[in-house]
Amino acid sequence: MTDVIRMTAAEVAAKIHAGELSAVEVTQAHLDRIAKVDDQIKAFLHVDAEGALETARKVDADIAAGKAPASPLAGVPLALKDVLTTEGVPTTCGSKTLEGWIPPYDSTVRRRLREADVVVLGKTNMDEFAMGSSTENSAFGPTHNPWDTTRVPGGSGGGSSASLAAFEAPLAIGTDTGGSIRQPAAVTGTVGVKPTYGSVSRYGLVAFSSSLDQAGPCARTVLDAALLHEIIAGHDPLDSTSINQPVPPVVEAAKQGMSGDLSGVRVGVVTEFQGEGYQPGVLRSFEAAVQQLRDLGAEIVEVSCPNFRYALPAYYLINPSECSSNLARFDAMRYGLRVGDDGTRSAEEVMSLSREAGFGAEVKRRIMIGTYALSAGYYDAYYGSAQKVRTLIIRDFEAAYQQVDVLVSPTTPTTAFKIGERIDDPMAMYVADLCTIPANLAGNAALSVPSGLSDDDGLPVGLQVMAPALADDRMYRVAAAYEQARDAAAGRTVLDQIPEL
Amino acid sequence: MSTISRDEVAHLAKLARLAVTEDELDLFAGQLDVILDAVAKVSEVATDDVPPTSHAVPLTNVFREDEVRPGLTQEQALSGAPAAEEGRFRVPRILGEEQ
Repeated sequence: MTDVIRMTAAEVAAKIHAGELSAVEVTQAHLDRIAKVDDQIKAFLHVDAEGALETARKVDADIAAGKAPASPLAGVPLALKDVLTTEGVPTTCGSKTLEGWIPPYDSTVRRRLREADVVVLGKTNMDEFAMGSSTENSAFGPTHNPWDTTRVPGGSGGGSSASLAAFEAPLAIGTDTGGSIRQPAAVTGTVGVKPTYGSVSRYGLVAFSSSLDQAGPCARTVLDAALLHEIIAGHDPLDSTSINQPVPPVVEAAKQGMSGDLSGVRVGVVTEFQGEGYQPGVLRSFEAAVQQLRDLGAEIVEVSCPNFRYALPAYYLINPSECSSNLARFDAMRYGLRVGDDGTRSAEEVMSLSREAGFGAEVKRRIMIGTYALSAGYYDAYYGSAQKVRTLIIRDFEAAYQQVDVLVSPTTPTTAFKIGERIDDPMAMYVADLCTIPANLAGNAALSVPSGLSDDDGLPVGLQVMAPALADDRMYRVAAAYEQARDAAAGRTVLDQIPEL
Repeated sequence: MSTISRDEVAHLAKLARLAVTEDELDLFAGQLDVILDAVAKVSEVATDDVPPTSHAVPLTNVFREDEVRPGLTQEQALSGAPAAEEGRFRVPRILGEEQ
């Protein structure tokens, strides 16, 4: 029998629901794996063994009683990013500010997972408040890439991506503001999906940049991501930006893609996301992936999106601006860290001292940039201009989708970099999100699927597939078809090649 | 040319309620300058005829029925408070000596 921890979520679910495996033994196998390897990986900030086993026991009891499973993923373990609130389980956002905070309420994502009987193993590490591309900005230390533990697992959702690649969980949840699901997926050889903005409720997702933040599924296969997508997505009255329309049929689309035919699908290669600044091995992997799409019957055309060059600068104005407003809530009064309250200092002094002690360098930088960009005299030149660029990027996408069904690019310009390599150079870190940002600014759907290993360093590369808003099913179809062709050509999966920990 | 001075960074930190150290001011002044210089590129294409977009999804007000819904209990609301007294949040004094 294949090792339980190496199975896909779909396989594990089928075996649990058929009574061939118990949810408790599956959960225990993952908890054992975490106990064995997480010292090296540090994907988890908190493991909720008792909570996980309790859910697993419920699933087993239901199956024994002949009840239908609560969802297609009932009994399957999952790693939850520590930016989503969990009642009774610590939620830190990777920040000292929230160290030890136990939220009094559940995020909608967690509620939906509960209702689906998905087994939440624990909370995963992340860059502080999701600001970063390496997980090095976590106040609790970096997560290590299971492919090479001296390298980053991407960020901000590096704990979630690493947990998948280390076989600590077959499913994870991430959040993607500028690429925090897709870039970690790319550098760990896993699948990460940013659904259309508004598809997955932001209720209980600790706000960072509200017009961009979107939670989404992470997995080791496209089909597994689709199964999880259908569980977490859907309208929620508790989020006023939640879209009140049916979730696109992403599972059906993934299955259609797995039939191996992309005839009639028009795929656009983004001109601006290749060439200088890209690692040669990444580009070769991307070109091979495009050839594979062509072999599957897709029509390939090159599409220019000239304003995408301005996406990164626009993002690093809009995002810090929203961040500076959102993080004003951490005022040391109602919850979170408070320091310097000695009976003589004023509330304002305590607030400033607490924020100074509670936030890391990157969070402070973004708060100050946002404060600057929103201040009188600079507003039009910075924030106002960035909002105009956002319009131009949306127009580029609209023009592109007149010609093609989906757009493709490398997910990130390089493979996983070394821990410490970019930490003192914020702009070098920001460039990791170069290709992922446009989809956030436009609110479109986008995902990353592994395109094999880079031939220059043997590390995973991601293929990004982007689709129009509410056409998430298109990218699932393309990615699932590609994934199957990739594995058939290589005779193995990408993660089959990962070194043993 | 420098976009932002050390003094301006100190002012921003004050506005943002961050009691930054002198060492941080030196570090952040240099870093913020590099970042602001890079992002200023947006003005190249942000011409007068382009309307701004604040949100990817066109937003309208969302209303719900004005009905009582369950909320947090007092105990739950205070559960994460750094200091609580008599069922309330205890906060440091609001006014300074001179006020």
